[in-house]
Amino acid sequence: MGKRIGMEVGIAAAEAVGLCNIDVAAVYPITPQSHIAEHLSDIVHDGRIDAEFITVESEHSSISACVGASATGARVYTATSSQGLMYMHEVLPIVAAMRLPVVMGNANRAIAGPLNIWNDHSDIMNQRDCGWIVMHAENGQEVIDMTIQSFKIAEHPDVMLPTVLNMDGFQLTHMIEPLEFPTQEEVNKFLPDRVPFATLHPDKPVSMGCFNMPEIFTETMKVKDTALINSKKTIIKIWNEWGKQFGRYYKPVETYKSKGAETLILTVGSMGETASVAVDEMKKAGKSVGLVKLRLWRPFPLEELRAAIKGCKTLVVMDRSVTFGGIGGPVATEIKSLIFHDKDRPRIINYLMGLGGRDVTVEDFISMVERAAKKKDETYEFYGVRE
Amino acid sequence: MNTVENFEIFAPRLIDKRELFCPGHRACQGCGEVLALRLIMKALGEDTVVSNATGCMEIVSTAYPHTAWEVPYIHVAFENAAAVGSGVEAGLKALRRKGKIADRYVKSVAIAGDGGTVDIGLQALSGAMERGHDLAFFCLDNEAYMNTGIQRSSATPFMAATTTSPAGKAIKGQRTGKKNLPEIMVAHNIPYVATACPSYPIDLMNKVEKARNIKGPAYVHVFSVCPTGWRGASNETIKLGRMAVETGFFPLYEVENGKYRLTMEYTEKRRPMEDYLKLQGRFRHLDPADIAKVQALVDKEFRKLMHKVETSVPWS
Repeated sequence: MGKRIGMEVGIAAAEAVGLCNIDVAAVYPITPQSHIAEHLSDIVHDGRIDAEFITVESEHSSISACVGASATGARVYTATSSQGLMYMHEVLPIVAAMRLPVVMGNANRAIAGPLNIWNDHSDIMNQRDCGWIVMHAENGQEVIDMTIQSFKIAEHPDVMLPTVLNMDGFQLTHMIEPLEFPTQEEVNKFLPDRVPFATLHPDKPVSMGCFNMPEIFTETMKVKDTALINSKKTIIKIWNEWGKQFGRYYKPVETYKSKGAETLILTVGSMGETASVAVDEMKKAGKSVGLVKLRLWRPFPLEELRAAIKGCKTLVVMDRSVTFGGIGGPVATEIKSLIFHDKDRPRIINYLMGLGGRDVTVEDFISMVERAAKKKDETYEFYGVRE
Repeated sequence: MNTVENFEIFAPRLIDKRELFCPGHRACQGCGEVLALRLIMKALGEDTVVSNATGCMEIVSTAYPHTAWEVPYIHVAFENAAAVGSGVEAGLKALRRKGKIADRYVKSVAIAGDGGTVDIGLQALSGAMERGHDLAFFCLDNEAYMNTGIQRSSATPFMAATTTSPAGKAIKGQRTGKKNLPEIMVAHNIPYVATACPSYPIDLMNKVEKARNIKGPAYVHVFSVCPTGWRGASNETIKLGRMAVETGFFPLYEVENGKYRLTMEYTEKRRPMEDYLKLQGRFRHLDPADIAKVQALVDKEFRKLMHKVETSVPWS
């Protein structure tokens, strides 16, 4: 294990990719992902790794080129954000259905309109039903670790699915943090070469992407669903392997001082760091508050979430994205439906906050928890709106 | 392995008898596109990976669990065949360089219809050609969105009736001329651009072979008669293709490093467009004045081409 150095997280993401012996990267620049694109091209152009870097003319082509390259058996990487991810959207379900282990980094940013380049989760939440493994990093170290883990998870023969690692745009990608990189030898030990299931090569010709008639399409959809559900087991296994080798353990649902707490805050992504400070403050003030952080969004870790929120009275779900039309945010909506029949389930209060780069401070978290206690029904609220 | 290494001395009996695009597919009777595809595959040989756009050729050949393809084949979406093909090329190149696959040259080719090339696929195609991938792109142009039911594309010829450019009382079919995609490809400064038609099979295969052997981007625009969409007789596919070429509506030429060359000879007097138009239901609403307008447009485009043939010099 190397020593700690100060580095911008976006650059660290590219450095982590550089440790993974990729064969092809196809990246189109977009704020706030651009430092990943720039630094990865530096790594390739300086000859530090042996890979093809395709400077595509759009995100639609970056994901398409990744599909083509991955289908030849190559290890591939792409990164994007916001409008770029939206532009890829058409191809995303196809990558999952073709069971190609494309690894993507997504610098979370609001989607237009109106145009806004700052952080929220509306980009990834709009891709919810594509069939990808969706993970969220909370800090720079997790970005490094989870980038490397992503390749192993995606390419594992029991998984063979694309993964997207979310890192909050600016709030995370542009932070300079103290970071620890594994050595090349350590990564080589953790991450074996990809062993593809089938490849595009004349030695053994196969046809990929054949269309489905109604007689078989439903079955294909079930297989895709089952594959994603089943991947959770392998994801946890690989996270444990990482923990054993590097001493940092990862779980689908992380908890912070949650045991016995009457009220739990639930966060996704980098806001978990701020929320944990808020929990400390509230604990100091004698309040029974804890924190639950969703690391894995797809496949949804239902059992792990149930265990994490067991016994709490109020669950305050922080959504950085809006499901327009009267049902709140996507995270709260899903949790509500998933635990609807659970006995003694907590009351769920939903805040739509931190949209389009709006800062969410320690005080904001404290204020939201206090207001949640006073709410009579399970409603959602745009927090901090100036009316 | 190609049986025929040098197509310049090529004769019909030397054509590889194996079918890399197999019988049993579901193309319409008299389909010029599927004929072109069959000949293209014979000329490409088995060390080929095909990236195919959504469209007629994809739909007729790959209804799961069937496939008509004897070579590695991938279909992803409508507009991205060139992008997928560039990824295939990059993947094969990196894996070969790093010793992860056999050290043997395999050609990445992308195949799309006119919609997947001149309209929705133009951006991906332009990007792939500009980046200089070792990628041959084949546009099988049947002059409309035939797979979805004969809607106009920007490759639809002037005044042709389609289901979205119908021959109405106020507007008589397609209002614009055919987008000149080969010209746009030449403007990308790529080493090889050609037009071809399966009515001239040896010429087509020669051009495919050249596109294959250029270690860089190449583009071949293949005129593909569609009896279904053109409201023509299915036994007149070859004849219609010949007429399109003989009238100068679709001249056969190639552009090597910027130098234009006709690959068939034209006499001073070309076959009149009327001969070609009257065989097709999509032009049946044309009166003599309309036919004169179509003829004038064809003459103008042909003159432009001849000027390039006479004056262009190779870049290198």
